[in-house]
Amino acid sequence: MDLPLIWSVLIAVSVMLYVILDGFDLGIGILTIFADDDAERNLMTATIEPVWDGNETWLVLGGGGLFAAFPLAYAIIMPAFYLPILIMLAALIFRGVAFEFRHKAVRRPTKHFWNGAFGIGSLTAAIAQGFILGGFIQGITVSGRDFAGGTFDWLTPFSVMVAGAVVIGYVLLGSCWLYLKTLGPLHDGSRKWARRSLIGVFLAMAAVSLATLSIDPRITARWGLTMTSVDFSKLIWLLPIPVFGGACMWGLMRDLRKVSGAPDWRPFLLAVGVFLSGYIGLAVSLFPNIVPFEVTVWEAAARDNALTFMLVGAVVMIPVILIYTAYVYSLFWGKVKPGDGYHG
Amino acid sequence: MEFDALLLSRLQFAFVIAFHILFPAFTIGLAMFLAFCEGMWLKTGKEVFKRLYLHWVKIFALAFAMGVVTGVVMSYQFGTNWAKFADLTGSVIGPLLGYEVLTAFFLEATFLGVMLFGWQRVGKGLHFTATCCVAVGTSISAFWILAANSWMQTPQGYAIDDEGKFYATNFLEVIFNPSFPSRYVHMMLAAFITTAAVILAAGAWQTLRKHQQAPTRMQMRLAAMTLLVLMPLQIAAGHWSGGVAHHYQPAKIAAIEGWWETGPDQATVLFALPDEDTRTNKFEIAIPGVGNAIMGLPKDEVIQGLNDFQGEHPPVFIVFWSFRIMVGCGLALLGLGIWGAFKWWRGTIDIPGLFHWAAVGGGTLGFIAVISGWIVTEVGRQPYTVYGVLRTEDSLSPVTTGQVATSLIVFMTVYAIIFTAGVVYMIRIATNGFDDKPTAPPEVERRAPGSPLGSVDDKAEVDHRGGSGTSEDQE
Repeated sequence: MDLPLIWSVLIAVSVMLYVILDGFDLGIGILTIFADDDAERNLMTATIEPVWDGNETWLVLGGGGLFAAFPLAYAIIMPAFYLPILIMLAALIFRGVAFEFRHKAVRRPTKHFWNGAFGIGSLTAAIAQGFILGGFIQGITVSGRDFAGGTFDWLTPFSVMVAGAVVIGYVLLGSCWLYLKTLGPLHDGSRKWARRSLIGVFLAMAAVSLATLSIDPRITARWGLTMTSVDFSKLIWLLPIPVFGGACMWGLMRDLRKVSGAPDWRPFLLAVGVFLSGYIGLAVSLFPNIVPFEVTVWEAAARDNALTFMLVGAVVMIPVILIYTAYVYSLFWGKVKPGDGYHG
Repeated sequence: MEFDALLLSRLQFAFVIAFHILFPAFTIGLAMFLAFCEGMWLKTGKEVFKRLYLHWVKIFALAFAMGVVTGVVMSYQFGTNWAKFADLTGSVIGPLLGYEVLTAFFLEATFLGVMLFGWQRVGKGLHFTATCCVAVGTSISAFWILAANSWMQTPQGYAIDDEGKFYATNFLEVIFNPSFPSRYVHMMLAAFITTAAVILAAGAWQTLRKHQQAPTRMQMRLAAMTLLVLMPLQIAAGHWSGGVAHHYQPAKIAAIEGWWETGPDQATVLFALPDEDTRTNKFEIAIPGVGNAIMGLPKDEVIQGLNDFQGEHPPVFIVFWSFRIMVGCGLALLGLGIWGAFKWWRGTIDIPGLFHWAAVGGGTLGFIAVISGWIVTEVGRQPYTVYGVLRTEDSLSPVTTGQVATSLIVFMTVYAIIFTAGVVYMIRIATNGFDDKPTAPPEVERRAPGSPLGSVDDKAEVDHRGGSGTSEDQE
């Protein structure tokens, strides 16, 4: 059994679940910056308050799982992104406590402060995650078993572009979640936000995809492309990924028309499809590197007995976690109304 | 002492972990208390337990959120600042942290949503189950993190390969390492005691401010009894833990006790200013001839002093004094428990008096004891990360002084802000006391399913519908 391979899939899936689940949380957080008033802001947060905590736990599984299954990758990646991780954590701290604190603040300035902490915190966390992703894709300098690059290696035009893509992508997810969970003016508003951000997502994904293809010849070759030729025998197997993403976008654009007749849950599902295509496309481009383009999943893996020991836990617990997570989501299924949400 | 990346990283870890532990220490106990209250309410149908639940769950939500966000930081610290440690020990303690996420974090975080927002969507029994899931989750989390930390104190069940990397030879031995059972019990009791001290302090304050109600009286009695019963157990658990440490980490015990010289018939040092330059205790007040007996050893047994471990022992002054602060807090809390029980027996526990002022002051003692206890054990492990095997200076990431100085300042600033706000909000809820109005039973079906806990108060719900400014009116 190829344990490192299994674990790389498990970690990739948990990071993907994080990106999707906290993605819509953070997207809604960003959208609160543009909310008309506190009533609207409360309605927006009410759609995620019961679930955000569980959503963020996938980030801990991503980080903790990387430490456990691929200690070498963890030991290289974390110092490489020292500053963006610091910024992300600080932003997540503010937005996390703001879920509670914005309801507890009595005076207007403190209320403004925590509303701001929620919105700006969400935005900053998304930007920082984009920088980490961008820096990751473009590759990390390694010497021996250590990160050997500079403090700001992650800051490049490419990573700025990826950061922008992540922000706009989260906004798309968030507005589709709002579209699913709300009625009335906010429902209409979220449809407009979703349409606008979808155009942004289309442009950003196209740009990031092209830039990623040109960032390292190994990625280009993976897709069967060179500057001058196309190897269709390779490309044909991977082509379904962007085609699927494109189809999701097209469907989403149709569903988001003013009178589309589409069920309210479908735009969110299609937005998740867009994310999946981007995520899988990147994973295919970078595999088997867990530290691009220096360390493979097999080189970074923990001992087999550690991977086996954890796999037993994962095989038992991940289905259980998914079941009770699905249960809690179904419990809070349906539209939120004014007055829902904060618990006291 | 030079403020290089190593020292700053150590300070940063000490700061973020000490800050983080405040919240789990409180929420582990509070989750149990909430489960107890809800269970008692379901069993007896007594209103007082429901009011206690609805009151304390608001504070729980705040403390839990602060615990979560500061906990996420911890899962990245090993990588950002202690990458060498992560690379070398990942195959041993990584899985323990992995299990913590899989068995505890998801359970707590997911069912917290049901606990806080699920009143209208699930039945009473299921809601109680959710509370219990959160409570059990907090205890499971402590299990794994204590296992990992205890392995760093008393490593076993591992070997080291030719690259210098650790790997487990037996995971059961790794988890149930020698110091784990005593330290887990010690920490869990500390969490319960810390929470009891807070609950007692809040009740005492309400009594002093004449905001006393039925739940106030109930919580004071429960908290005082908890202190009375658990503090003696905690002293025993601490003694057990000390015995294990004496066997496996004699240098730590020598620092705790302020013993420099190796020899039989050690003294018990009550007060001293240990000085590592002269390797003596200044201004020492000691009781000769009882040190061995307190450790449970015969008088003629030779106990190693710090001079046997030159260059291998922890900073003495910090360990020595942190231990005394911890013990002092513990004894004060035992005193509060006895005093409270006595006043209950005499029927004067509800009459404002000196006891209540003392109890208010005692509200922070649990936290101080927890932090100083962790300083004893963690600083006492120095100069190693994995005791006796991997030195702290060999565990560091390739980070620059500038990076770590930046991150330390950022964490201190951010934590200062959220700590101030969080504590203000919690104290405000705790001291405001219980709603005067009788609360509507949460099972009543309402127009908006999933209405908030707070909206069991009808006025609050009207305000919610009214839109902005909702929470001011609720406060």
